[in-house]
Order: sequence, then structure tokens, then C-alpha cells
Amino acid sequence: MFSLEHVSKRFGTFAALEDLTLEFPSGAVTAVIGSSGSGKSTILRLLLGLELPDAGLVRVDGVSVSAANRLAIRRRIGYVIQEGGLFPHLTVRDNLALLPRHLKWSRARIDARALELAELVEIPGSALTRFPLELSGGQRQRVAVMRALMTDPPALLLDEPLGALDPLVRFELQERLRQLFHVLGKTVVLVTHDLPEAAFIAPRLVLLRAGRVVQDGAAAELYERPADEFVRRFVAAYRPPPLPHSGVSP
Amino acid sequence: MFALTGLLVAGHAATPREAPIVGSKDFTESIILGELLRLDASRQGLQLEHRRAMGGSAILWQALRVGSIDAYPEYTGTLTQELLPQLPHPVSIEALTQALSELGLAMSSPLGFEDRYALGVPEALAQRLDLHTISDLQAHPALRFALSNEFMSREDGWLGLRAAYGLSPVTVRGLDHSLAYHALGQDAADVTDVYTTDPEVDAEHIRLLDDDRNFFPSYQAVWLYRLESARRWPALESSMQALAGHVSLSAMRNLNAQVQLKRRPESTVAAQFLSTTSPREQGWGRRLAQRTREHLALVGVSLALALALGLPLGVVAAKAPRFGRAVLALTVVLQTIPSLAMLVFMIPLLGIGARPAIATLFLYSLLPIVRNTMVGLSSLPAELITSAASLGLPWQVQLLRIELPLAARTILAGISTAAVINVGTATLGALIGAGGYGEPILTGIRLNDVPLILEGALPAAVMALLVMGLFQWLEHLVTPRGLRLRIDA
Repeated sequence: MFSLEHVSKRFGTFAALEDLTLEFPSGAVTAVIGSSGSGKSTILRLLLGLELPDAGLVRVDGVSVSAANRLAIRRRIGYVIQEGGLFPHLTVRDNLALLPRHLKWSRARIDARALELAELVEIPGSALTRFPLELSGGQRQRVAVMRALMTDPPALLLDEPLGALDPLVRFELQERLRQLFHVLGKTVVLVTHDLPEAAFIAPRLVLLRAGRVVQDGAAAELYERPADEFVRRFVAAYRPPPLPHSGVSP
Repeated sequence: MFALTGLLVAGHAATPREAPIVGSKDFTESIILGELLRLDASRQGLQLEHRRAMGGSAILWQALRVGSIDAYPEYTGTLTQELLPQLPHPVSIEALTQALSELGLAMSSPLGFEDRYALGVPEALAQRLDLHTISDLQAHPALRFALSNEFMSREDGWLGLRAAYGLSPVTVRGLDHSLAYHALGQDAADVTDVYTTDPEVDAEHIRLLDDDRNFFPSYQAVWLYRLESARRWPALESSMQALAGHVSLSAMRNLNAQVQLKRRPESTVAAQFLSTTSPREQGWGRRLAQRTREHLALVGVSLALALALGLPLGVVAAKAPRFGRAVLALTVVLQTIPSLAMLVFMIPLLGIGARPAIATLFLYSLLPIVRNTMVGLSSLPAELITSAASLGLPWQVQLLRIELPLAARTILAGISTAAVINVGTATLGALIGAGGYGEPILTGIRLNDVPLILEGALPAAVMALLVMGLFQWLEHLVTPRGLRLRIDA
């Protein structure tokens, strides 16, 4: 569904992406991982037409993203960002209804879809009348996913969707997202810097470093056959649990 | 903005006037003369409007030339020295008439008195030293001179006078004109400069010394008027001619004294002079109500116009930063123009009355509105902007449903600032005949009448507070509950 062909993008003197070629096939769940500044988020912003490439082509369903067609393209993509990006002045329901209302959906249809999605992300229907600041962080992320799914777009882009959550909520939502992606069968691109999270949710991992792909494959391949020294260190950079108490006093 | 100003100008020019308008300068004598003309015309069946205390000579001259007013009282000296300085001196009456008619203007016969500089000496001292003329002062260099600051620095004042008469007094001090009579009365000075029609000349028993070398230019009071107005309203011209020659120096001094020293209204004093009955004075409540309506109209209309232009400008400025900086720079420059100067600039464009005052207030309101709209929109959190953009909504929907509501508090704060400033600045509108609370304030300042000043200043302060309260309430209304949560937290 998405492809980047020899794409370069600079912000001032900083090169976010360098001659990057990547394919995200329809229906596949892919995690893009890498350190901060490796260009992960830029890929999503290019796919949405929030940025235009300096060189190369960005295609959505074979069509090159341009200033002229990006509104239509955005409507085919659900987008979830770290803090959810919910608008604090609107209730949950109004946040969800922004695009459907513009597309002239009836009120009944909007409400029915909202309740359906509330069930899917396991959020009580009563939350619909609340304001975002009245919800917990985990609930806000669930609502953000709901908003992304309202018009049932064929693709979902998620940029560190669980980055700001505490470990327990995060653990639970990882589980929830994995199931959801499986059930929905949409094209999913998940950006995260958390390797275990990526490996748990996505069958395919793309590891970026300084705007270039260093390894692209299943999680197991990264662990077992790291492409280079950087991948080896990236994979090893997780602390094992502490050893059982040795009983020796200092 | 210029398109809008242009619209107002066009509207102004298109309005034909029903009744002629006489203007007056912002001092007692001029206002009394304006009232005299109004009352005399009314006796002849012509209802004319008197715009009182519009400002100084430059403002009245402009207003007359563009046709905002039809006549006003002027002094020949002001014409030859300030308004038509290009005429070769000494200026003959013929030359003056000729120059005026080229401008479509004319001058009546002199009213009968001169208001010019003179030197005054306490009557008792004058008798003792036998002083009658300025030349007589040469023999008494020990006399103490106390001169007004303006007179001291003018070529047609002390600088020229000293040379013309060869005066070299030992003591010359500068002081405020209003204090000069006190200084003489308390024997702190012997000679001072006065205006010939100052009521204190009689009240304080001052003898004016003859200008035996004809140093001071003549300041005969005359009517200046538009030729076309005289053709249109013959009664206007006949009233002006009827008054000509009938206001003597002592009569004018007495009229000034009635107003300045006895605090009687100009219209009453003028009516008494014409021995007609004075129009009934409005009650306090009705006066206040009318001024409040005028003031609210000035503030309200100018603010509405500023909103209509300022909000869109602010939005564009936020979206196009380079354009935004230019717009902001322009509005800042407008803000630095002193309000008085701005009012004067407006007269040739919009005449006098409410229009130029509204235009001025409109221009002053732009900066806070444009700036706060721009800042409010461009300081929204980046993730919300991204989030809004990614939904696939057209920019208009994004702006109306998301960006403007989020920036509403900041924008409203700007509007509120503009409104409160407008309430204050609108008082200056009275200078150009726009009415409102400024009228009693200006009259009060002229007469040094504190209660009268308060009659305008207090309601203006109350209105400012009410406007502020109104906007606080509005702010509460437009702040969505979802945002208040954060503020309370």
C-alpha cells in the first residue's frame, strides 16, 4: 500500500532520511524501530503528506503524494500520535465526529460507530461524553485509536502510541493492539523505539539508523543474525532481570 | 484597511447637509462667538449646528477648506501669520480677500474687537508712573517683567518687541499665562503680556499700554466662511454681517468674564447678549444618556470594524509568518502615531464628527486584535496542529472547529484590550466634534471646572470597567469546559 523510493528528507542541515527505499504491503503489520532522530517519524509524516520529500517518490496505493492529493490520502489513513493528539476543547464524541461530520454522516451513524469502536478498544460508552482531560492516559490512547478508525480507513499509522504510558497500562495495551491489528487486517505501520514492543506486535521489523535501513526482517532475525555491530548493540541494550539473591552480605 | 477607509470617505462625500455648521476653537471666546452666530441665525429662522471646541486653528482651517464646516470665527493675524504665511507682508485686506476667494472662502467685516498680545501694567502703578504707551516703559528699566513662556519665545512676541522698542528691563521672568495676573495682583511683577480680551484685564484692573510703534500684528476677529455655503444659505451670511461691527472689545471681555469667571454657560451668555431667550438646558440625566450613546457608538462601531479586518488579518498572519511580520510592523507604526495627530490626519479624509473618530479608534484597535489572533494561533501545541492536519479536514474546518476555539482565550484578551483602550481614547473624539464623554472633560479643562471634568471622566471609567467585566464573562463563555479543566487543575 505504501512505498518510498529513494527518498531523502532534510530539515535544515539535518538529514532525516537518506536515499531510503521501503515497501509496506497491504494488510501487513510493520514496526519501524530505531533511536531518536533515526528518521522513524519522518516516514509517517511523509506518508501523510505532512512533509513532502526533497528527493525520491512517496506513493500511497501507487499514487505519488502531493500537495494536491494529500487531503484525500489522509482520509484513507488513521493516525495516532504519542499523547493521542485529542483536542482538549471537544468531548470524546466530538473528537471522534470531526471527520465523519464533515463527510455528512448522520448523527445516528456517528454514535453507532463510536459505540462499536468503544467496545473494540474496551472503553465504557459513558466515556464518550467526557473531555480528554477527564480520562486516564491509557483511555486517551484508546480514544485516539478509535478516532483513527472512525471512517474505517485501510491503513493505520501509529507514532509511539504507548510512549507516554506507565508500564502496566502499556503492557496491557500492547496486548490489545496486537489483537486489534490481527482482527482488523489493515495495513499498519507502528513506530516505536522499544524493541520488545515491536517484536511482540509486528511480524516484520525495520531498524533505522541515521535515516537508512540497517536491517529489515522478522524479529528473530535481528536477535539471531544482526546485520552489523549497531544492530547487535541495539538488540543487546535491554537489561536482564536481576539475578536471584546470592545471600552474600557486603 | 485602506479600502475600508476609502469606503468611509466615499460615504462622507456623498452625504449632503441639511443645515450649515459653524465650528469654534477650543477656547471660551471662540465658543461664545459660535453661539452668537447660532442664536442670531436661529432668530432669522435658520437652524444651524454649532460644533464646539473642535481644536486649534489648523483643525478649523482644514475643516473649513474640506467643507466639514461652513464658517468659524478667526483672527486676521492668525490668517496672515499662520494660515496664509506665503502672502507678502504687510498684508492688505484686498490681498487677503483675493487669496481666500481662490480657496473658495471669504472673510466677513471685522466683528469689532481685536484679540492680540498687549503689555499690561496694574492701573495704580500706571497712574503713578504716568504710563500710557509701550514706549513709556523705556524710562523705567527697573520694572519687573513677568511674561508667559510662549510669548517670550515668539518672534512676534518678546523677541521682536524688545528690539522694536529698545527695551532692556533688569528683570524678565517666564511663567504660565494663567499665573501672570496673580503675579501682578500680588505685586510680584509689574509688567506682563496679556490677550486684549482676557476678562482679568477688567477684573484685576490692568491698564493695557498702547502699541505706539504698531509692533503687534492686528488680530481683528472676523468670520471665515465658504462662498458656496453663503450662496446656499443667505441667512448665514446675513447673520455674520449682522454681528460684524457689533462686538466691541469691552463687550467681548465682558462675555468672556461671564463664562470664565462666573461659570455661566456660553449659550446663556450669548443669548443674553442678543437679548433672546436661552434654549433650555438639558437635564443631567438626559445629557449623560446622550453622551453614553455617543460614546458607545464610537467604541462599538470602531471595534466591530477592527474585528472584521483584524481577525482575518491575524489568521493570515499566523499562516504566513513573513506577511504576519509586515502586518504587525504596520499596526505597530499606527500605534505610535499620537492620537491627536491621527485625528488631525483624518479630518481632510473624513471631515469632522464621529467618522474620523471611529476611523482613528479602528486603527488603534487593530494591533491588539491582529497580534493576539496571530500569537494565539501560532502558539498552539505542535502535536495538536499535526493531529488536526492529519485528519484530512479542509483548512477552513480545521480553523473554525479546532484552531480558533483553542486560541479563543488569547484572541478575546486582545479584543478586550482594544475595547478598554477605545473607551479611553474615544474621549479625544470630542476634539473633533464626535461627542461622547470627552465633551464635558474638554470643556471642564478649558474652564478649570473639576466637577465638569468628572462628569465625563467618571462615566468613562465606569464604562471601561463594565467593558472589562463583559469581556471576562465572555471569556468564561467561550472557554470550553474541556479547557477550563486544565486551568482549574
